[in-house]
Amino acid sequence: MIGSTKINVIVSQIKVLNDLVTCFEFKRTNGGLLPTFSGGAHTIVEMQDGSVLRLNPYSIMSDPFDQARYTISVRRDDQGRGGSLFMHTKVKVGDEMVISYPVNLFSLDLRARKHLFIAGGIGITPFLAQIKQLERSNGYWELHYSTRRPSLGTFVDELLKKYPHKVSPYYDECDQRIELTSLLSGQPLGTHIYICGPKGMIDWVRQEATDFGWPDEAIHFEEFLAPLPGKPFQAKLEISDKVINVGELQSLLEAVELAGVEAPYLCRGGACGQCETSVIEYDGKFIHRDHWLTDDEKTSGLKIMPCVSRFEGKKLVLDR
Amino acid sequence: MTIQFNDESFRGEYTFTNSDHAIKRFPFPFHEDSYMYAVNMEQHQGGPEGSIYEKRFDVDEHYVSEMYDRKLVLTEDPLRCQSLPHMVMAGWDLLELIMVSKAEDYPDLFELHRDGANWRWVNKPLSIDQSFVFLDETTLPYGPMEYITRQTQGDFCILDQRNDNLWMDAGMVTTQADWSLDFDIGMNFFEWHAPVPKAHEMGIFIRALKFLLSIQQGTPARRLNWTMTVNPLLDTSPENYHKWGVQKRTLTPENIGQKQYLRVELQTFFRLPRSNALVFPIRCYLINLEDLVSVPKWARRLHRVIRDLPIELATYKGFIDNRPMILDYLAPFDDGQPTSDGVWPD
Ligand code: FES
Repeated sequence: MIGSTKINVIVSQIKVLNDLVTCFEFKRTNGGLLPTFSGGAHTIVEMQDGSVLRLNPYSIMSDPFDQARYTISVRRDDQGRGGSLFMHTKVKVGDEMVISYPVNLFSLDLRARKHLFIAGGIGITPFLAQIKQLERSNGYWELHYSTRRPSLGTFVDELLKKYPHKVSPYYDECDQRIELTSLLSGQPLGTHIYICGPKGMIDWVRQEATDFGWPDEAIHFEEFLAPLPGKPFQAKLEISDKVINVGELQSLLEAVELAGVEAPYLCRGGACGQCETSVIEYDGKFIHRDHWLTDDEKTSGLKIMPCVSRFEGKKLVLDR
Repeated sequence: MTIQFNDESFRGEYTFTNSDHAIKRFPFPFHEDSYMYAVNMEQHQGGPEGSIYEKRFDVDEHYVSEMYDRKLVLTEDPLRCQSLPHMVMAGWDLLELIMVSKAEDYPDLFELHRDGANWRWVNKPLSIDQSFVFLDETTLPYGPMEYITRQTQGDFCILDQRNDNLWMDAGMVTTQADWSLDFDIGMNFFEWHAPVPKAHEMGIFIRALKFLLSIQQGTPARRLNWTMTVNPLLDTSPENYHKWGVQKRTLTPENIGQKQYLRVELQTFFRLPRSNALVFPIRCYLINLEDLVSVPKWARRLHRVIRDLPIELATYKGFIDNRPMILDYLAPFDDGQPTSDGVWPD
C-alpha cells in the first residue's frame, strides 16, 4: 500500500495554547464531511516548506464523531528539522493543506473493562479523542496527566472541569509524580493501560506494569519518533536504479519519495513497520532510531526503517 | 428497477441460473493458463463498468434469492451469525459503510436518509423501509451487523485488530466454502489459517497479515479465490458436509455441464472507522461448466488450469475424484490455440 488517501483541507482556526503548543483546526476545502475515525488515530500533515516537502504525523484530538473538523496540536521543537517550526511560524488561517486519511496505530481495546490513560506532555492528544469516544458509550476511564509546570498543562483545566473525578494532573516542577505502584495495584481485573508521552515515561510505565504481572496485551503505548537531522548521505535504490542524496534535514524516506519512488509507510515515526526496507549492500554504519526492528535485525545490517533511521559511510544499496 | 432479480433456489431443485449478462460479468479468476497459490491483493477502487468490481458492494440478479437462502440457513442454525460483545461498534461501522455505499452506488434500489442520529433506510428489492436511531440497538430488529448482512450478499467476517494481529470476533457466514465461523470465532489470523496446505510457508502469511494490518480507511483491497462445487449450493459448510459432500458423487458425463460449478470468491477488505476493525466480505459467484464454455477463452483456459493443477491443490479444493470427468467435458473446447492475457473474454 502506498501511504493513504489524501484529503484537501483548509486551516480554519489556529489557537496558541501556551509557550510551546499551538492547536490547528482543519476543515475540508470543499466544505464536505471528513471521515469518522477512532480515538488514537493520527493524520499525516504535508508541509510544503519552500522546495522541501515534509510529512509529519499528528494525533487527531477532536471528537471522532465530529466530521466537520479535525484538530491537532503541534509542540514546537526548536532542535527538530523544522516541521513543527513551519507549522508554528508559516501556517496561517485560510491556508490550504493536504492531510492523510486517519490511521490508527493506538486504538482502544474495546474488550477492556476499564481504560487507564497515562499521558506525558503533548502525549495527551490521542487521549483527548479517546475520552470523547468513551464518554459517548459510557466507557470507564481514568486519566493521569503529567507535565512540566502548570503553565504547560494544556487542557488540564478543561478536563478537570468536565471530569473532576476522572482526571489527575501532576507537575514535575512541583515535585509531583504519578504514584505508579499504588495506581497499578488498585486496578480492577480487565483494565488496559495506555501510555503516550516521552520515551522515559513509556519505558518506566511499561516496565512497572510488566513487573506487576500485567499481560503484554493489556499494555498499549504510542511513541512516534520525529526523524532527526543528521549528516547528509547517499543511497542507491537498486530496483528503481536511482542514486539519491539525503540532505541534513531530510529523512531517507523523504529522499526516496522525492526521487519519485513509491515507498510504503503509515506512521513515519519508526513504530508501524510498514516502511521496512532491505539493505542489499553497505559499507559504513547505520543510525537505527526506530522501535520496530529487533536488536538482532539492527546489528545484522540487513534492514533499515527509512522514516527515522539514517546512515553514515561510503556505500548504501537498498532494495527499493 | 434496473436489475431483474431471479426467483431461484440454491437447494432442493436448484433452480439457480445465470443470465447472459451474469455470464459476461462473471469474475473468471485465471489471468493465465496456469494457477499458483498467491495472495495477489489489489486496491478495491472500482473497476470496468458493469463488472463485479465496479461498486463497493456488488448487487446482482441473485440478490433477492440469496437473501432468502440466508434466512433459511439462519433459521436452521442461528450460530452462523455471531458477534463477541466488544464488536458492536464494528457492527455499526459495517452498517454505515454498506448503507452509504449502496445508497450512493444504487440510488434506484436503496435510499438512506440521515438527520443526525435518526436514519431511514429504504431497501426496495427486499421491500424494507426502516427508521432507526444510529448507535441505538433497540431501534433495529437485530444487532447492526446481523441487520445489514441479512440484506447484503456474501459472507462477512469482522476482524478486530489488536496486538499486531487480527481476531475473528464477529461474522455472518452462511455461504462459506467449507469453513465454520462457530469453530473460528475468537481465533487470530494464524489460528484460523492453520489448515491451509501448500501455503504453510510462514513467509506468505506474515506478509499477508502485514498487508491486512496496513489497510486503511479510503484504501480498501480485494483478491479472488476459487474452488469447484457440485450444484449451485451456497452453504457448503462443514456443519452440513453430510448433506452436500455426497452430491459430489452424483456427477455423470451427461449432467456434469449443468451440475459442476466453478465457485469464485471476491474477497474484499475495508477498514472500519469507529472501531478500527477490519471487515472482510467474501462474495461468492457461481457458474456452471455449460455456461462457462460459452466464452471460448475461458473454456480453453479452465481446461489447462484444471489439467495442470498439482494433486495437493485439487485435493484441497475438493474435486480430485471428479477431475478426470471435468477434463473429459472441457477437453473438446480446448483446440490448443493460445489465449490472450488477462481474465476478460476476447
Ligand atoms: S513508516 Fe512506520 S516505521 Fe517507518
